[in-house]
Amino acid sequence: MKFDAVMATAGEWLRGEGPHHQIVISSRVRFARNLRDRAFPGWAKKAERVAILDLIKPRVEELTEMQDSFSELLQDLSALEKQVLVERHLISREHAAKGAGSAIVMNRRQTLSVMINEEDHLRMQSIRSGLQLKQAFKLVDKIDSALEGKLQFAYDQRIGYLTACPTNVGTGLRASAMLHLPGLVLSELINQVIQAVSKIGLAVRGLYGEGTEAMGNLFQISNQTTLGEKEDEIINRLTKVIETIIEKEHDARQVLLQKKSNTLWDQIGRAYGVLTYAHAMSSKEALNLLSILKLGVDLGAFSEDRRLSIDQLFIDTQPAHLQKTSDRKLNAEERDHLRAEIIRDRLKLFPKPDIAKVARESGNGSIA
Amino acid sequence: MLCDVCKCNDATVFLTQILEGKMQKVNLCDACSKEKGVQDPTGFALADLLLGIGAAEEIEKGGTTQKCPVCGFTQADFKKTGRLGCSACYVTFADGLNNLLKAMHKGTEHVGKLPERAQRAMELSDRVRTLTKNLEKAVAEENYETAASLRDEIKQLEHELANST
Repeated sequence: MKFDAVMATAGEWLRGEGPHHQIVISSRVRFARNLRDRAFPGWAKKAERVAILDLIKPRVEELTEMQDSFSELLQDLSALEKQVLVERHLISREHAAKGAGSAIVMNRRQTLSVMINEEDHLRMQSIRSGLQLKQAFKLVDKIDSALEGKLQFAYDQRIGYLTACPTNVGTGLRASAMLHLPGLVLSELINQVIQAVSKIGLAVRGLYGEGTEAMGNLFQISNQTTLGEKEDEIINRLTKVIETIIEKEHDARQVLLQKKSNTLWDQIGRAYGVLTYAHAMSSKEALNLLSILKLGVDLGAFSEDRRLSIDQLFIDTQPAHLQKTSDRKLNAEERDHLRAEIIRDRLKLFPKPDIAKVARESGNGSIA
Repeated sequence: MLCDVCKCNDATVFLTQILEGKMQKVNLCDACSKEKGVQDPTGFALADLLLGIGAAEEIEKGGTTQKCPVCGFTQADFKKTGRLGCSACYVTFADGLNNLLKAMHKGTEHVGKLPERAQRAMELSDRVRTLTKNLEKAVAEENYETAASLRDEIKQLEHELANST
């Protein structure tokens, strides 16, 4: 499978059909594994990294799940191609910075990606649409079991799987979900939720990390600890917390509909107006406005069949996707113009928000 | 204000994170924040970075100037990177690491998945390999009785192996 084929097809999680997909964009599970007594990638010399890669890569490629896979050495991918994979969450940013001695092997459906010589020798990740942490876990668990029959993993009887960073030791498992929470943000309840979640040992981060202010009302929630808890306990605990957040988000939206409907329609109308008429747009502005439009679909202001085109814009307007489509390197200004152009084009036939319909359905007659 | 990591440049990136109810602040200069991947959207760099700084101190409490016999990694290297050199480092630096793991995680012992099945499979295939060599030897020596029983044993093990994976 070649890169162009990857670019041309959206992965399963980008099609957004999983359970609770209105609020849960994607679920991810990754295992960190290392070979016994071999230097971790960050400490190994180049020759050793290459030797380790040569040992691992064929074993990964021959997995049944990896038939007709996309398998590339990081040094053979362009900076732009790596960035596209980062934007699709198929490789980490850290992995994209790697060159000789690292590789990516990914299945055709783009639900399973294995990073070789990232921070650990093996980072096996499954990403699924909606709330599917259990399904993602099962897939990674399966290939882990298949690989451990062929490779000698670093494991300690007392502290479990050994990883380059002590924060991953034990299960080596990190489970996370990307949540879209415009209701909680608009009703200013988001900080309360973030604090509550942090208190129970889970981490909340924005789409782009630092602080708690997130772009596009997107938040990533994940387990913080990996030792002293079973894999299924970690997954179940996280799933339960996410289900609670989904409920809170629905509640917040109901309250907004009933008490602040004018603010809500104003936000949706403005987002629609700017997106359909702007000629320059930064990726941050695009994410924030698309988020509001997505909320509009969830609330019924746009018909359900418009959902996919909005979801696709979230990813297609990211810097590397933009440049890959235009097939040349663009400066920031050119990107902003192209981004606005693509959005205008896709929203050309998009009907105006149908607010009366929502008001009727939510039993709220007062429209300004 | 100076950068907490390099302690020579002015800090321009100020991070605040609430971890288990405790607020932690780290100030970084531009170069160090990039190097530590603070802008990293996908990793868990902030937590790692914070834990990494404390981590180096914890490991030093181990008190000696050890060097990992397998990979040559030292405490100074851990202080620099917040990462270990190889799986054997967990034995070399066990004293300091135990305190660190205790502070970092929910428990101190792994209760999850065991690569047991694979170990068993590996033992079985090792045994098959040895027996196959013996079988070849037995055949070469025309010791057919031994060869027959070896062949049966190999068959049995191969059957077990097929069922175990």
